[in-house]
Amino acid sequence: MMTLPLFFFYLFSIIAVASALMVIVARNPVHSVLYLIVVFVNSAGLFMLAGAEFLALILIVVYVGAVAVLFLFVVMMLEVDFGQMRRGILQYMPIGVVIGAILLLELLLVAGSFVITPEVMSSSVIPIDNTMENTRAIGLVLYTRYVYLFQAAGAVLLVAMIGAIVLTLRHKPNIKRQDVVRQTSRKRHEAVEIKSVKSGEGL
Amino acid sequence: MNDLLSNYLPIVIFIGLSALIGVALLVAPFLIAVKRPDPEKVSAYECGFDAFDDARMKFDVRFYLVSILFIIFDLEVAFLFPWAVAFGDVGWFGFWSMMIFLGVLTVGFLYEWRKGALEWD
Amino acid sequence: MDLLGQSLDYLFGIPLVGWGTQVGFVYKGLLLLVALLIFTAYILLADRKIWAAVQVRRGPNVVGPFGLLQSFADLLKFVFKEPVLPAGSDKVVFLLAPLVMATLSLAAWVVIPIGPGLALADINLGILYIFAISSLGVYGVIMGGWASNSKYPFLGSLRSAAQMVSYEVSIGLVIITVLLCVGSLNLSHIVIAQYEMGLAHMIGLPQLTFLNWFWLPLFPMFVIFFISALAETNRPPFDLPEAESELVAGFMVEYSSTPYLLFMLGEYIAIILMCALTTILFLGGWTAPIDLPPFTWIPGVVWFVIKTCLVFFMFAMVKAFVPRYRYDQLMRIGWKVFLPISLIMVVIVAFVLQLTGWGWHGGRIV
Repeated sequence: MMTLPLFFFYLFSIIAVASALMVIVARNPVHSVLYLIVVFVNSAGLFMLAGAEFLALILIVVYVGAVAVLFLFVVMMLEVDFGQMRRGILQYMPIGVVIGAILLLELLLVAGSFVITPEVMSSSVIPIDNTMENTRAIGLVLYTRYVYLFQAAGAVLLVAMIGAIVLTLRHKPNIKRQDVVRQTSRKRHEAVEIKSVKSGEGL
Repeated sequence: MNDLLSNYLPIVIFIGLSALIGVALLVAPFLIAVKRPDPEKVSAYECGFDAFDDARMKFDVRFYLVSILFIIFDLEVAFLFPWAVAFGDVGWFGFWSMMIFLGVLTVGFLYEWRKGALEWD
Repeated sequence: MDLLGQSLDYLFGIPLVGWGTQVGFVYKGLLLLVALLIFTAYILLADRKIWAAVQVRRGPNVVGPFGLLQSFADLLKFVFKEPVLPAGSDKVVFLLAPLVMATLSLAAWVVIPIGPGLALADINLGILYIFAISSLGVYGVIMGGWASNSKYPFLGSLRSAAQMVSYEVSIGLVIITVLLCVGSLNLSHIVIAQYEMGLAHMIGLPQLTFLNWFWLPLFPMFVIFFISALAETNRPPFDLPEAESELVAGFMVEYSSTPYLLFMLGEYIAIILMCALTTILFLGGWTAPIDLPPFTWIPGVVWFVIKTCLVFFMFAMVKAFVPRYRYDQLMRIGWKVFLPISLIMVVIVAFVLQLTGWGWHGGRIV
């Protein structure tokens, strides 16, 4: 039975890495986003194998269910001109290489920390309690012990919300909107006027 | 294999079975039904004309705004899940901590309401 | 659990089929899927019959007695129809979309406890799993609309995606209020909590289980959940993505044969899932309405199916009665009515629970 988790680990990892490759290789940006979704789902599978069931499902809810939908909208909204996209590739290459190098360095640092200081594992702030389901474990510390970080997350979300509105909200002029309150509170005498018109004279 | 993973094994099997049924249904007509495509049959559905241009057109930026607002509220719900589970244990401190979080987001919500970001035209 | 397990042992007569072996999972999964598909066939028929009855028509009545075999005849018809692949479409994504839609809505059923202990996978995070799966439902729609490369499907899928996404938030908040009372994400726990505590216990008549169920204390959330479920599954009166008078059939215009069937199947199974979820969250799942002999003789599975059918009956009646909403009205209800109300209700419920210390707290009743 020990081989089954191992099998799934390799399955999820191989699919995740292969799809990640396809994200940058695929010619059609919509296909890239679809491959990205496959990467997310497989990473969720890896989280699950590591025992982080809550994080795995939240990853699917937030990244696949919400963030990737946004990506799809953006990609579908762009007028895709492949020739133009290729032209810019050399121009942005240096920045891309620098960011990639920094990320790689950080990844190496994280992985290397186990080699440099082997005691890093034992210094984890909160010991892992396997008897408790991990949703409750997160809930017990997130809102009390890490309250400032939690509030900071709230502030980040607020900034994101305001930023999105400032950047994208454009009201078209001359739009007629339905005002439900005004509609339903309208009285008869405000809307209708009865005039008696004599025949042959008109108004 | 620990308990947690063995709980999830039926899910993997079940998803596999459902996909199998789906694929079987999807493939069946390609094997047994007639296939006689002609240019008119496989053209895009339009009101009698040929399509003027590509159907994948630019659309209103409002859809983008809706989905970004959805991400924010979805994250809010994601933060509420562990809170609801540990609710009995975190006490009044946990309660007020969440209320401040919700209060901050309500400020954002009122802002978008006043700005008319929730209007659809 | 054992009812299903034993019936399987009896059916196949192989001792190997125990609950817990992978082979058992496969058998039980298949049994659940087949039962679900047959149930869906009759729910579809019921939908058409109820709609017809409201309009004083007969509905399907030719195939089999009272049209009972209509859905199976439809299935055969779909399979023998020519599958048309539009010339300008993205063929792979075009065929993947209905497959994703049908597979996801079927996959959600694995955690539904249809009776005491009768969930195929009784995981800790049952409700979160369903929430995750239903948030993926939007992909079938977007992929189908985009891959068709045709105007009507594209517009339909955009509308549909924005609509599903808007109502997902209020569904999430409604789920949170129930979780506050229960203190566990396990679907069986949610049902048991409604049996072990509640109004009936407070007034000293614990036999009246139906007073315990969350529909009574959380009545506003029950209503919001019901309406949001209609919108989330693109049911009338919120069936704008396939508004046949303007968008012909929305994202499904270019689909024919079984790819179309899979979309329909996915949609109906998602609807039944929402009915089952309403049953679990608000109507006490498999528990009998009154905890006394004539009612307790009926097994839990039967109660579950009865309640699910009852909720579906309401779905069908809404479809028959209510005219379609306009898109701006739909978005207004989602964002400006349901979202604030459910947010305020989360705060109120949490405050009251914290003040009184009431709640199931994952089994530790206070």
